[in-house]
Amino acid sequence: MIYLDNAATTLHKPPQVIEAVAEAMRSSGNPARGAHGSSLQASRTVYGARAKIAALFHCPRPDHVVFTSNVTEALNTAINGLIRPGDHVITTDLEHNSVLRPLYRLAAERDVALDFVPADRRGNLDYAMFSQLMRPNTRAIVCTHASNLTGNLVDLRQVSAAARAGGALLIVDAAQTAGCLPIDMEALGIDVLCFTGHKGLMGPQGTGGLCVRAGVEIAPLKVGGTGVQSYSPTQPAEYPTRLEAGTLNAHGIAGLSAAVDYLNEIGIPAIHEKETALMRRFLRGVRDIPGVTVYGDFSGDRAAIVALNIRDYDSGEVSDALAQDYGIATRPGAHCAPRMHRALGTEQQGAVRFSFSWYNTEAETDQAIRAVRELAEE
Amino acid sequence: MRKREPRVILSFPATVDAMSMESYSAAHGVPGRLIPLPTAISAGCGMCWCAPITDREAVERAARDAGLRVSGVHEMML
Repeated sequence: MIYLDNAATTLHKPPQVIEAVAEAMRSSGNPARGAHGSSLQASRTVYGARAKIAALFHCPRPDHVVFTSNVTEALNTAINGLIRPGDHVITTDLEHNSVLRPLYRLAAERDVALDFVPADRRGNLDYAMFSQLMRPNTRAIVCTHASNLTGNLVDLRQVSAAARAGGALLIVDAAQTAGCLPIDMEALGIDVLCFTGHKGLMGPQGTGGLCVRAGVEIAPLKVGGTGVQSYSPTQPAEYPTRLEAGTLNAHGIAGLSAAVDYLNEIGIPAIHEKETALMRRFLRGVRDIPGVTVYGDFSGDRAAIVALNIRDYDSGEVSDALAQDYGIATRPGAHCAPRMHRALGTEQQGAVRFSFSWYNTEAETDQAIRAVRELAEE
Repeated sequence: MRKREPRVILSFPATVDAMSMESYSAAHGVPGRLIPLPTAISAGCGMCWCAPITDREAVERAARDAGLRVSGVHEMML
């Protein structure tokens, strides 16, 4: 199989990630739940992963790296823990339901006002609108770093400048960019960076987290056992414990830690260069095929994603034909990005998303081009 | 039980600080190790840094230099 659904999850993981998970399952106790050898080993693994993640994203303090089960949980934690009744929030048409649904719920249940920076037909944002939409009670801008549908990058420097000028927090969904692009949360002025471990970071599913700027106080989404301050009736106030009730996924975090080692060994700029080279090779091969419509803006830096349609064919049928007849894995449909599809005019048809990773090859890319050409000629 | 000796104990509000203490101490040759939090300090669970009482100054300095959050510094027979 040629796997081109890396925006959903990277299928191919570095072997050391798999081995790290297996070794942790053989030997790790419960982290932060004792001082015997196997518990300490788990605690050391988790601490090491925090330090590596902090360094990777330029989060100044490892104790402000919080682990969650995925980026959705991280976003829910940040959004629900920071946005108060009566607040105003600015977000964008590019967002995934992991951002939209928590915000819609706050609008319905906490009298939170929402405004959206619209996307144009190429999936681009008008950055001036972030400032124009700002209100005295704007609590946060919540936005993705890259559209999971088009791969268009959001210029976080411009968004951050608007947030700072308006006194709002900046919460970033890095689901499509963590591990694929260098991210410096200090330089970019990010207050909360939410990431998943199983996509570009090439770690196991069930891992993710948030990096929190010092001074940003997030109320816990869940409370419970922490291994410390057990007789206190309330959740400990200190990060990361305040947001980490219950046993952590230390086995998965061990794999994530090994994955970060692997990324550092190669270098994220090198990974980004290879992934985007494959994406652009694919783009060059398909964009001029009669009947093929490609979505997004390819004029600048971007994530390694190409979304397209062939004529008026149902995107699910095209994706199924790619899988059944060519052995190529893609993602059709709505991609949990309803506003983005509406902006592109693909709400009914959906789109077929091809997303590339470090482990893909030029030969695989060329096979995908040939498959699209043959399907377009049918 | 083992023979008790005078020890200095540093307790922390979160496990991450205890792990950071261990990491920093290993890198800088600070004496001590992580142990379960004695019930005399708190009946809760958790872990703390334990070192000979003669190393109290070095241990406290290490925690300061590492920028750790310390809940308390205790002396006791352990």
